[in-house]
Amino acid sequence: MTKAKKYWKGLAELANDPAIESLKENEFTEKLPVDEFLGDDEKLANSNTSRRDFLKFLGFSTAAATLAACETPVNRSIPYVVKPEEITPGVANWYASTYYDGNDFSNVLVKTREGRPIFIKRNDLASSTPNSRVIASVLSLYDSNRLQGPMKNGAPTDWATADAEIIKMLKSTQGEVVVLTNSIISPSTQDVIDGFAKKYKAKHVQYDAISYSGMLEANKASFGVRALPTYHLDKADVIVSFGADFLNSWLNVDFERQYAANRKPESGKMSRHFQIESNLSLSGSNADVRILAKPSEQKTLIENLYNTLKGNTTADKRIAKLVDELEKSKGRSLVIADSNDAKVQIMVNAINNMLGNYGTTLDIQNPFYLKKGNDAEVASLIDDMNAGKIGALIVCGANPAYTLPNASAFENGLKKVPLTVSTALSMDETSNMMTYVCPDRHNLESWGDAHVFHGTVGLMQPTIQPLFDSRQMQDSFLAWTERSENYYALMQSFWSGKMSWSRAIHDGLFTYDLAKPAISSFKATVNNIAVNSSDLELALYQSTAMGDGVQSNNPWLQELPDPITRACWDNYLTVSVATAQQLGLSNWSVSNGGLNGDKVNLTVGEHTLQNVPVLIQPGQAIGTLGLAYGYGRTHAGKAGNNIGVNAFGLGFDNSFSNISITKVEGEHEFASVQLHHTMMGRDMVKEASLADFIKDPKAGNPDVTFATHVGDMLARDITIYKQFDHESSHFWNLSIDLTSCIGCGACVVACHSENNVPVVGKDEIRKSRDMHWLRIDRYYSSEMTEEVAEEQDLGAVAKYKAMEVPSANPEIAFQPVMCQHCNQAPCENVCPVAATSHSAEGQNHMAYNRCVGTRYCANNCPYKVRRFNWFQYSDNDQFDYNMNDDLGKMVLNPDVVVRSRGVMEKCSMCIQMIQKTKLDAKKAGNKVADEDAQTACSIACPTNAMVFGDVNDKTHAIGELKKNQRQYYLLEEINTEPSVFYQTKIRNKKA
Amino acid sequence: MQKEAPIREPLILGNKSYHDITVDVAKPVEGKANKLWWIVFGISCVMFLWWLLSVGYTVGKGIGVWGLNKTVGWAWDITNFVWWVGIGHAGTLISAVLLLFRQKWRLSINRSAEAMTIFAVIQAAMFPGIHMGRPWLAYFVFPIPNEFGSLWVNFNSPLLWDVFAISTYFSVSLVFWYVGLIPDFAMIRDRVNEKIWPMRKKVYSILSFGWSGRAKDWQRFEEVSLVLAGLATPLVFSVHSIVSFDFATSVIPGWHTTIFPPYFVAGAVFSGFAMVQTLLLIMRKVVGLEAYITIKHVEYMNIVIMLTGNLVGIAYLTELFMAWYSGVEFEQYAFLNRATGPYWWAYWSMMTCNVISPQLMWFKKLRTNIVFTFILALFVNIGMWFERFVIIVTSLHRDYLPSSWSMFSPTFVDIGIFVGSIGFFFVLFLLYSRTFPVIAQAELKTIVKSSSEQYKK
Repeated sequence: MTKAKKYWKGLAELANDPAIESLKENEFTEKLPVDEFLGDDEKLANSNTSRRDFLKFLGFSTAAATLAACETPVNRSIPYVVKPEEITPGVANWYASTYYDGNDFSNVLVKTREGRPIFIKRNDLASSTPNSRVIASVLSLYDSNRLQGPMKNGAPTDWATADAEIIKMLKSTQGEVVVLTNSIISPSTQDVIDGFAKKYKAKHVQYDAISYSGMLEANKASFGVRALPTYHLDKADVIVSFGADFLNSWLNVDFERQYAANRKPESGKMSRHFQIESNLSLSGSNADVRILAKPSEQKTLIENLYNTLKGNTTADKRIAKLVDELEKSKGRSLVIADSNDAKVQIMVNAINNMLGNYGTTLDIQNPFYLKKGNDAEVASLIDDMNAGKIGALIVCGANPAYTLPNASAFENGLKKVPLTVSTALSMDETSNMMTYVCPDRHNLESWGDAHVFHGTVGLMQPTIQPLFDSRQMQDSFLAWTERSENYYALMQSFWSGKMSWSRAIHDGLFTYDLAKPAISSFKATVNNIAVNSSDLELALYQSTAMGDGVQSNNPWLQELPDPITRACWDNYLTVSVATAQQLGLSNWSVSNGGLNGDKVNLTVGEHTLQNVPVLIQPGQAIGTLGLAYGYGRTHAGKAGNNIGVNAFGLGFDNSFSNISITKVEGEHEFASVQLHHTMMGRDMVKEASLADFIKDPKAGNPDVTFATHVGDMLARDITIYKQFDHESSHFWNLSIDLTSCIGCGACVVACHSENNVPVVGKDEIRKSRDMHWLRIDRYYSSEMTEEVAEEQDLGAVAKYKAMEVPSANPEIAFQPVMCQHCNQAPCENVCPVAATSHSAEGQNHMAYNRCVGTRYCANNCPYKVRRFNWFQYSDNDQFDYNMNDDLGKMVLNPDVVVRSRGVMEKCSMCIQMIQKTKLDAKKAGNKVADEDAQTACSIACPTNAMVFGDVNDKTHAIGELKKNQRQYYLLEEINTEPSVFYQTKIRNKKA
Repeated sequence: MQKEAPIREPLILGNKSYHDITVDVAKPVEGKANKLWWIVFGISCVMFLWWLLSVGYTVGKGIGVWGLNKTVGWAWDITNFVWWVGIGHAGTLISAVLLLFRQKWRLSINRSAEAMTIFAVIQAAMFPGIHMGRPWLAYFVFPIPNEFGSLWVNFNSPLLWDVFAISTYFSVSLVFWYVGLIPDFAMIRDRVNEKIWPMRKKVYSILSFGWSGRAKDWQRFEEVSLVLAGLATPLVFSVHSIVSFDFATSVIPGWHTTIFPPYFVAGAVFSGFAMVQTLLLIMRKVVGLEAYITIKHVEYMNIVIMLTGNLVGIAYLTELFMAWYSGVEFEQYAFLNRATGPYWWAYWSMMTCNVISPQLMWFKKLRTNIVFTFILALFVNIGMWFERFVIIVTSLHRDYLPSSWSMFSPTFVDIGIFVGSIGFFFVLFLLYSRTFPVIAQAELKTIVKSSSEQYKK
């Protein structure tokens, strides 16, 4: 070991002089006269700064400023001190839960990342599938408009104070205590409310914004039970719907999957779907036969159908065919109606009874408990409030000041109630007028249960720590009942013995033996229906995006184009072409393509809605109007306020009389993503009738050929390009069955949610700048076709002009279009910087950070699926939606980059999900399993119209689908060899 | 010393001696600008300012401030780009092709035509830059080695070919123009009184590269001119062919057309000559060059306009025929939509200005009329702008899937950038007309003894 040499600085150091030791401690041997200098103001004032000093100061301050500027900005994030066992950063956790907002219901699986829910998908163990509104609800969780804690008279308070005051007033009140809720589908919640009701002799009134009271009363009269039957559309060969939009919103439960199950052309049999309606609904647009009838005529036709089946009369010629087919398929048919009139529903029950549908397509033995509202009780409550009989009103999950037809009576009554409490999540129209607001938690923060299908209970579990100082409504009731247990414990004990808790919470649902209700055989007396028809009739409907308006502050839903009108951020009065002409109303396009329309004042009885925009709708019955619920909110939040008009003010049922409209000055600007409505004689959607399809599976799908020097060749075989090798690796393909696609838009919202697609707002949508990676094109049929033009010997100009005009009652085709992932992609060739290029697995990639934004790719895309970031859509006050909001940004998927301005984006075929699947398989040492690889849209599709998979995986269904006779490529003649393909649309049409 | 048939009309009017030419050409440089110049210059500067603001606003906010949308991804930006590139073509054609063909009438106009080329290409080159979503990354389109940080480019893309075509064109044109300018700069240098304008003397000395007028200088000058003319000639055809590939190689009906390269070249020469007419008709008046830019020159150019106008007209009709003959419904609809769709007015403006109006040039009376020529040149400029608008916007706005069909409407920023680019062009051209010899006097003097009126007598 060599010792390092040591040098002494002096003899004193060698001698270990203590003076040296002490000097070493100090940086300077002598004390600097700092105080002496700086402390003496006079001296300081007299001193002057030399040039050298100045330069020193300058140098120092420049260096200091530079160093200070180098400091990285502080992001306040709190790391885990102890990592929770179940959370691994970068790995998603899935929780089974249940969604219920008073209107929509679904069993769901919730994807969470680092403790944040970011995506909702279906729970395969359950029979319900989430619709677009349920999928979008994950964004409503992060609504910055939500209340941060309890409020009293609009000012923040604390729970202890609020509880003490509420209990004191509840105890001392003279009048009746009333709890007004939406339909309570949770048995344990019902138990909590019952306990509260018992303590305070309170009355519990249930209320549905979209009322099904008439149906419930009809079933009570018919079978002795106030509940709805369980429907089995999959067992019905003939479905007759009188105005009920069961594929969109009717009963708010998923009928899509059942409906599609019985419409598989390959099985050689499809259900026949008759839709008798006035508005063009989603169900109507999928119907095989669509009969236009005013709401009053629908009632007449129901009566006619009833009497015909009874043999009392002959069928109206409009429904003669329908009656015939119904009689031929007794026990395998289903008749439904959306009327809220008990008499009509009794007649519908009688019809189904005569057709022997109870027990097959309709199951009243196992009722369906989603809707429980009672209009009569709500009406008497309002009377009592106005009479001053009510001492306390607690409103939960309902927004009567917005959804009641007589909202002003409610508001007036509310002033006479001494204690008013709301459990709304935000200051909505109702809670704004209440003394106390005790904010409930969002579904995704709550415990709960839902008994919707007889004997099957869905469980709701929190997937995130509560964001705010909120309290579950049930816990509030427990507090006010002065019970010490919490709701979670209560719920567990409520169900104990009926299930295994850990199993049930894992599955998200459980079944248990529940005694069947006492059902009598059909016993109602069928009375004639009073029909008051008029020249102009109005039918209100729930739009696909907005439903009853609970989530109007959800920008994803506001920007979800209506499947039929393709307009968003609006509601409007739909009128038929003939009626519009008669009333002098019109729609027109302005120079940038934006759609404008006239405005009217709509008067229904004594209600008048001012400045309602008019949208001319093909397929609307002549002399009828349609208007969507869910708009015209005044206290929804920054995204939902003051959009459209409130249709709830007009009433529940569609039997309106005294309707008049008067055109007013000015024009309305619509935001429509599709400005052209017909296929112009092109065959984007290839279709055939079922009969033709059975005869020839290639019906409607002839090969696309070109004449060449060696004879006719298939378009897909002619190419000058080198082919990619798609054999040796995965080859991801997506099949879209246009027969199963009902156009519901669930995939669009799922794509929004998975891929951080920005919301751009009404003005930008109006300029044709929607950012949807996935859109659902909707085409109307036109009376003018190539054949008709030839017959009439029309010139090309006249032909195309006529082709632009849709039929009065058109056939409708939906076509989801996303990036087709061409294997010979026009976009890839033209990008100067190779920002978009091809993968070995059949995808068309987009490298955002490479893109300089020439937009050449978008121009050269024949499918027009590329979307350009015209502006910075995140952190930009101009686009004040969820991406401009710290809370709203929590919904972003961390696996997908948020694009900056100036770059092109498009569908990636959810490459992040595929990559995850591949990595998981690699880690586990397995092959990628069939069902693991999915895209957001294929997951969300309620009818399984979209099937995604690896064609090279011989066990996967996609391989067969690609070879199917119905398979075709969109725009096959340009031979882009897409990885996305379609299956022809088969309609069950009869000549 | 060349000889010319006496029946040919003179190219220089009046009894111009060599010295007269020198004085005439140097006058605008040496004299003071008149009121008219200042007014036009002022207006141009204001337009240029609008351009600066519009471009700044675009770069600051995003391309969204233009009227583009998901369906129409290019509109005025690329319309302007192609329009300006096309205008540039006349300069090269006049100086290079006509030089090779020994067309002496080019000598009076080639300097200004080339200047116009340079300034037009500058305008054109701006558009691909500012039309990008992220213009600060524009260097990504250059094939810089990967070590630099940007990656290698996609040589399949016609936009990349544009980069090469435009940059080559610009550099060759600039060198060619400059070489021609050297003896003329030297002439001005020699005339400048150093005592009064020492700075001016210095600048022109530098600009003239020490030109001494020796025989060796002249010999080299002639050789370089000829070599550059040889280089520039293919560029006349290649540049606009490549620009047309932006469209021709695509799959969009109305773009995907093999006729585009010759059609675009003819259109470019057509619009270029129209712009030369527009500029020179003003300049000969303002600067007093009637003796050099004679009615004969105007007539020659009008004949070129008529010829290329007819070529363009044939191309239009061929397109229509091919659309019909192909039997492809997308093609058929695209052309029907041009003529009868929502942008019918653009199509018929184009047809009227480009095909119908040049037919009037068949009449000698009209094609030798200055006022008529000027109006017609403006018509052609407008018509050719509409041609590019029609090709770009009407093809894009209704392509394959009717669900995506939309419309385009310009915003004030679109308009600002277009009008501003005209302003910018005129700022450059006006400055040029005050500081550069606007006629290639050295070369012009070579034909005084063969083609001037004086020697024709």
